[in-house]
Amino acid sequence: MSRRFLFLLPLALIAALGIGFWFGLQRDPQALPSALINKPVPEFSLAAIEGSARGFRRDDLLGKVSLVNIFGSWCLACRIEHPFLMELKANGVVPVYGINWREPNRRAGPEWLDKFGNPYRLVGDDPRSEGAIAFGVTGAPETFFVDRKGIIRYKHAGPITRDIWESKLWPIVQRLRAES
Amino acid sequence: MADRPAPARRILVLLTVLAGLAGLGPDPAHAVLPEEVLANPAHEARARAISKELRCVVCQNQSIDDSDADLARDLRVLVRQRIVEGDSDDEVIAYVVSRYGDFVLLRPPVKGATLVLWIGPVAIVLIGLLAMISYFRRAGREAESAGR
Repeated sequence: MSRRFLFLLPLALIAALGIGFWFGLQRDPQALPSALINKPVPEFSLAAIEGSARGFRRDDLLGKVSLVNIFGSWCLACRIEHPFLMELKANGVVPVYGINWREPNRRAGPEWLDKFGNPYRLVGDDPRSEGAIAFGVTGAPETFFVDRKGIIRYKHAGPITRDIWESKLWPIVQRLRAES
Repeated sequence: MADRPAPARRILVLLTVLAGLAGLGPDPAHAVLPEEVLANPAHEARARAISKELRCVVCQNQSIDDSDADLARDLRVLVRQRIVEGDSDDEVIAYVVSRYGDFVLLRPPVKGATLVLWIGPVAIVLIGLLAMISYFRRAGREAESAGR
């Protein structure tokens, strides 16, 4: 009587669900998929930070492969990735643009950059999250990879480390550069 | 793990929560600050309704209307700005969805990828009901034939 085994079906379903949930719970709930992958960078225009002549806007990104990095002086993880961004700049690897997100005051961001060094080609001041919301940012640091046409191609959440750069991010930059 | 802007009003929030627990506080269900409120009451009502539908992306199980997070506040301000500039409710919501995805909607839209969410529970109840009905029918028949 194979029908008897139908009673095992609910058990099997529950087990399958349990396994699914088990793996689901291992995932980082903060790591949201970006809605902007393969979409053009939204229009934004940010003022210069104090002591800097020029702000940062969408059109600055056109014509080359570039990175847009969201940071703040309040952000510890940004401090962790900062030396590596400085290295990228020193070696002229790829231009990195900064969005200085939600500083407690006008001086905090510029002081942080003066103290540790400025790895950015241009920095936009973003006290009201205009730039952060344009990029759909949920936390800092986040780094967006933008192709020549100004299309967002990849998002990296969390600090950029040498390991991640070499294994994952640098190949992405190379791939984007290889495109016409 | 990513960092968040430091909560500026942590102590105030704590006091509000304590007051709320003691039954003294104002309506604890929303976080809109007095300076955010729009002068036009119709606009403000629309902003409140939209804000209740949008998830606070840094706290996840609150709407931006409920949340004290800085980013939620900035999103509330943005929603109000767009309303004042003449956007319809749907345009405001579409703007936020285009940046954060369907995830920001506290009620996910019915479409291919979310169909399981919407019809899954109903389908499971229906399958269960059918299984029960067929089981009891058969049990009834077997009891009948055994009794004969």
